[in-house]
Amino acid sequence: MRALKTLAVAAATLALSTTAALAQTIAITNGRVLTGTGTIDRGTVVIRDGRIAAVGPAVAVPAGAEVIDAAGGVIAPGFVAVDSGLGGIEVSALQDTNDLRQSSNSLSAAFDLSWGLDPDSFTLPVARLGGITRAIVVPQHPGSSGGHVHEDDTAGVGEGGLHSPGLFAGQAAAIHLAEGTDILVQPRIAMVAPFGDAGAGVAGGARGAEFTLFREILREVRLYAANRAAYDRGNLRDLMLSRADLEALIPVAQGRMPLIISVHRAADIRNVLRLAQEEGLDIILDGAEEGWRVADEIAAAGVPVLINPLANLPQSFEVRGATMENAARLHAAGVVIAIKGNEGSVHRARETRYNAGNAVAHGLPYEAAIAAITVNPARIFGLESRFGGIRTGAAADVVVWTGDPLEPLSQPTAIFIEGRRQPLNSRALELRDRYQTRTPLPPAYRN
Amino acid sequence: MRRLIVAATAVVMALSGCATTGGPASPGNSSQTTNSDLLPGLRGLQDPYPSTYRPLPAEDLAIVGGTILTGTGQRIDNGVVVLVGGRVAAIGGPDTPIPAGARRMDATGRFVTPGIIDAHSHLGVYPSPSVQATSDGNEATNPNTGQVWSEHSVWPQDPGFNRAREGGVTTLQILPGSANLFGGRSVTLRNVPSVSMQGMKFPEAPYGLKMACGENPSRVYGGRNQSPATGMGNMAGYRAAWIEAQNYRRRWEAYEAGGGAGDPPTRDLRLETLAGVLSGDILVQNHCYRADEMMLMIDLAREFGYRITTFHHASESYKIADVLAAEGICSATWAGWWGFKMESLDGIEENAALLEAAGACTVIHSDDETLTQRLNQEAAAALSAGRRAGLNISEEVAIRWITLNAARAIGVDDQTGSLEVGKRADVVIWSANPFSIYARVDQVFIDGARVHDRFDPTYQARSDFELGQPGQENH
Repeated sequence: MRALKTLAVAAATLALSTTAALAQTIAITNGRVLTGTGTIDRGTVVIRDGRIAAVGPAVAVPAGAEVIDAAGGVIAPGFVAVDSGLGGIEVSALQDTNDLRQSSNSLSAAFDLSWGLDPDSFTLPVARLGGITRAIVVPQHPGSSGGHVHEDDTAGVGEGGLHSPGLFAGQAAAIHLAEGTDILVQPRIAMVAPFGDAGAGVAGGARGAEFTLFREILREVRLYAANRAAYDRGNLRDLMLSRADLEALIPVAQGRMPLIISVHRAADIRNVLRLAQEEGLDIILDGAEEGWRVADEIAAAGVPVLINPLANLPQSFEVRGATMENAARLHAAGVVIAIKGNEGSVHRARETRYNAGNAVAHGLPYEAAIAAITVNPARIFGLESRFGGIRTGAAADVVVWTGDPLEPLSQPTAIFIEGRRQPLNSRALELRDRYQTRTPLPPAYRN
Repeated sequence: MRRLIVAATAVVMALSGCATTGGPASPGNSSQTTNSDLLPGLRGLQDPYPSTYRPLPAEDLAIVGGTILTGTGQRIDNGVVVLVGGRVAAIGGPDTPIPAGARRMDATGRFVTPGIIDAHSHLGVYPSPSVQATSDGNEATNPNTGQVWSEHSVWPQDPGFNRAREGGVTTLQILPGSANLFGGRSVTLRNVPSVSMQGMKFPEAPYGLKMACGENPSRVYGGRNQSPATGMGNMAGYRAAWIEAQNYRRRWEAYEAGGGAGDPPTRDLRLETLAGVLSGDILVQNHCYRADEMMLMIDLAREFGYRITTFHHASESYKIADVLAAEGICSATWAGWWGFKMESLDGIEENAALLEAAGACTVIHSDDETLTQRLNQEAAAALSAGRRAGLNISEEVAIRWITLNAARAIGVDDQTGSLEVGKRADVVIWSANPFSIYARVDQVFIDGARVHDRFDPTYQARSDFELGQPGQENH
């Protein structure tokens, strides 16, 4: 375990050093700057050595800098997709291309998806063109929003429910979306567990079973942590989880690793908040369609929430209170929210900006919506010192837009990740170009 | 190309078509005349689940001062739309006369469009809540279930109908799923609250036959060690079914030619539906993602003498846009959906814009209870991608993807889909340009009746299921 951890940390460090651009200084001028925490009506952003060197309304363009004139446009932080499958899934229905779920009998919490990330995924450039520059990639579980759940495509198939071996789906990872051979920013950044209907299902069919089992597992993790030597000698009573799972859960039980809990109805949220408080857990709520009903309690607990603001249908009995006002109401109560994309934020991660726009249309202040897809997700996952907003010293994840980035009619004109300019291309655009052209030879001979 | 179907139910016409002519039925003007030609034993069976739809109470109305996207490709600034007796009575610029007695509604600073039409919906057949008890969209028991009608699965209390209406959707085609080669008949609904399906049923709309290409049928049946298990199995299945349908049609023709002597052929619900396609009365609504498979389906249609009205999903239509334009086949597609299965891997945001540029019938559909609430935004994403590709498409053209073209795709474009004099007064008033993410639907009219008003709880419908639940006041 320790060896694995060291390896992964080394990989992450390597990723950072290679992505730190050595390139020249870039000044993006004359744009409306969304910093993630505020707006500069007409400002300049200077990028140097992969970081934001300066930002403001009266920043001088350094000598020798490459200048990008963003007049009439918007300079925004790269967006951070949360609850995402980017880099972990290629084609949703093809199990072989999905590295976000596993059904081993001896592994749940220890599942570390960072080993399965694919920097060459078709999904990454597509999301990037939607302004996404970072993602928190999560393991799938029976209650997750990942994967396509379209009636037509699941019809008659036996795989209706996703098998999960335990209460924990595994550990999430942070990635960036820059071109290259390594996209990992930080592995094992959070643990993921389903509650509500899905969690109850995993635990045997009832919420009361899950909460009880969950507490018992935490007790065993603590017992194990305090008696590792005895465990190794075979002198500890039988424990429910494998050694790998127990190890993985120690930082969760000690409140050092955030636990993303997918939970929906108000009563479940309240129970989860109580559980976290009593057990000393550092939790993040995911889903929380009825969060607005207990918004004050969530705010008082200082617990952040990942939401899809489009959820407004009673698609199950546990989301009967779903409303498009959820984002606005949670924000008004003082809850830190991050806004998700659609369908597990893989192929449709690019819709994150539209979801933020819809939250604005339903009462969320504009700057709060921008924060909910930039600085808030970075902060929720403890990465705010590294990226998320346009401020001096932060990683230069910057996107220049033709206009308001929350509007579908706006498009990016330049994308930087850690100061490195990214191509405005994708396989989808290559397909477009191939079939938009007419040549005597068949399309296979074009571009 | 498209047959105009007026005041006749598809079943009547299907039977009359096979009972009286060898070729496709001529465009019918009245169900009454064909009805009288029918065989005594079939009289009264032709429209067994008739529409009971009646427009909600309406007042004559003049919507003035807004920017109108007409659905015919025009844009009228500071326009006037007059709704009288549930129909569009006048449309034009600020000088358009307003009849005495018509109430004026100010739309200054707002946008006015035809009612949004979702050509591909499963509301009611896959309702919310999504539970096994009401998961009624796929009769996945045989590769050919032409005998099932989606209208018999519609649960009118699906809260999704209300959310869709709040997003401007006034007409929707409810399709069976795509597990089967022939999934059954679709039904087209007016999006009004009703206790019964019949109370929503679009009186003049033709039926559709849901056909499915590709991965779904071969996966579902191949997984059971049945045919079809492959693409070629799919094709063999369609062909065998059309041969059966042709034989069925001939049996009825022979019986008719004999003056009705002897026992009539036994009715077969499955083959009635397919025969209705052969006679041109039932429109083929063909789920098909890949360009190569669409090309096969076009040949298949030619082999058996029917036409395909619309390819649904049609992720690769852009690869054969010129063919689809020449064939007059609509493509109902998305902007943002791709990669969820192998056959959708090549789906691109520019699909609609490339089809539009080729002169093909272009439709943005939802196939989804959430997306149906924001078809305007999906059209905006498709438009934006087109502009990025250098295609200069206006908003007044792009609005047709979710209005008039969608109406054409389901055979109701003579009734709705555009703001033209004489058409049904299906109208949406938007708070802003509907291609903006911030636009909200303020008011919705169906046949001139206000069926939704964002500012007036009197016009905010809730289904029975929504009673007694938290948070109903805001969706």
